[in-house]
Amino acid sequence: MEHTTIRPRSRLLSFLPADITIRWGTGIFAVLIVLIVAAMGIELTRESMLSIRKFGFDFWRTQTWDPVQGEFGALPFIWGTLYSSILALLIAGPVAMGIAVFLSELCPPRLRQPLVFMTELLAAIPSIVYGLWGMFVLVPAVRQLESLTPAWLKTMPLFTGPPFGFGMLSAALILAIMVVPFSSSVAREVLKSVPITQREGAYALGATRFEAIQAVLFYARTGVIGAIMLGFGRALGETMAVTMVIGNTPQLSLSLFAPQYTMAAVIANEFTEADSPIYLDALVEIGLVLFVITLVVNALSRMLIWSMARQKKPARVATVKAAEAAA
Amino acid sequence: MNGIGLRKLKSALFVGFCLLSVLLALTPVALIFFFVVRQGIQALNVDFFTQVPRPVGELGGGMANAIIGTLIMTGLGSLFAIPVGVMAAVYVSEFKGSRLGTLTRFAADTLNGVPSIVVGIFVYAIVVLPVKQFSALAGGLALGIMMIPIITRTTEELLLLVPSTMREGALALGATRARAVFTVILPAALPGIITGILLALARIAGETAPLLFTALNNQYFSTTITQPMASLPVQVFNYATSAFPDQHRQAWAGALVLVTIVFTCSVLARFATRRLERIRGF
Repeated sequence: MEHTTIRPRSRLLSFLPADITIRWGTGIFAVLIVLIVAAMGIELTRESMLSIRKFGFDFWRTQTWDPVQGEFGALPFIWGTLYSSILALLIAGPVAMGIAVFLSELCPPRLRQPLVFMTELLAAIPSIVYGLWGMFVLVPAVRQLESLTPAWLKTMPLFTGPPFGFGMLSAALILAIMVVPFSSSVAREVLKSVPITQREGAYALGATRFEAIQAVLFYARTGVIGAIMLGFGRALGETMAVTMVIGNTPQLSLSLFAPQYTMAAVIANEFTEADSPIYLDALVEIGLVLFVITLVVNALSRMLIWSMARQKKPARVATVKAAEAAA
Repeated sequence: MNGIGLRKLKSALFVGFCLLSVLLALTPVALIFFFVVRQGIQALNVDFFTQVPRPVGELGGGMANAIIGTLIMTGLGSLFAIPVGVMAAVYVSEFKGSRLGTLTRFAADTLNGVPSIVVGIFVYAIVVLPVKQFSALAGGLALGIMMIPIITRTTEELLLLVPSTMREGALALGATRARAVFTVILPAALPGIITGILLALARIAGETAPLLFTALNNQYFSTTITQPMASLPVQVFNYATSAFPDQHRQAWAGALVLVTIVFTCSVLARFATRRLERIRGF
């Protein structure tokens, strides 16, 4: 018998891909996306140089925002952004989880499709429409609620101040409403990826429904946390709806009733009014930090979701879907 | 030990909590729809679609310029985003393991999470500042940048769903890889790509923040893309924050039109996927 060996392509040529047209033709566009993201970081840094040089780290430690005097301290904005997003997360987190569990574990199949579709539609409503509704429906309702606050509660730092309606509480509520459909759809995909054996095992051991779901949630914990964090990332960068209801007053306050300000809102409101280079650069610097924060939060939450994807092969397909749903 | 009664009670309470959260989430949807439709319909008339805004204080007028502006700028955005998004998706799905492919996926995910207001600043810095002119072109570019990641990720996902036998068949017949992609795989994934584009349109048609300081606004009818241009979302924002009840009325009408556009895109996207799923026999 004669042996025939199939030889690989000669090493000399192998550095040239077999199909160079498609690799380069489509590769250019892939590179373009990477370039856009890189350029974003570079441009934002470049355009905020004046402010970075002049104020340094004090920019983020001081709280006087007085464009006329040329004083720029961004602490109230970063406070407002974090406070409103954390509050929104506290409200939206449990609700989003409840919906995800309901849709993936409890819901009768016939009801699932319409409910999923409705949450998807909620996610598609433009931010400006939430804002409009917030201004004319939510804010008056919140004002009512605030004016009904009993006097003994008003002494607590959380509830001080006159009932404006426009303020932290309205902002947190509107953010929560906007984040719920988003977080819940990612969390639902995550739960879907939990192997059915996890549930069957629990039931076989005599678990109640709640205990079986606990087992599912425990299995999916990193992914669920990732889903909720992804919602947090959304809340941090949300602009229009918050701008329209938070009252736009830069101040550090714990009070839910106090009008405050967020990073995104101050950019939206003051960018076209910025009449001096330093003013403009200060606003761009706020944008730069917002960019970096959301980038870190998103990367972290994606890592959590993906780390769950790696646990098990069959789970992977569905969690990839979850990552996709997040997109 | 927990008695079985207690455990069952806990379970029932938990199911109750889940139901409650569904209700809690659906209430705002219902309320938002109710108000947008009720307030919007009251203010909607033929003038709204055919007239330009009247000066402050005069009643009436419409948002014809803003509607056209939104159409033009989403069109410009698509013109830029569709080729980039689809081509990049082809690269990512064809060269799966490659370093650039992984990097591109990461970049697309990152871009997807960038707050829209930051995209606005970026486009302001690279387009508006150098030419010292707000323009519809800048607005379209900002919208396009926001569309890219959505198109790329959905297209990629659907390209991977195309059965490998189709690609292998094409290659076995002697087609080059480029030919296999453009004459066999892309056409097979077309409904999916259209879904991605529609979803991207649904998301950006209502975007306000990236337009605030790129396209700015315009009180007059304008189709010149090198000039500032009005758009529905920005107009709704300006009217909502103004002090005049008549402008509030128009803001609601604008919101209704926006929601209609967005929902039409979402529902069409849904149909496109349905068709795809039927063809695949899922």
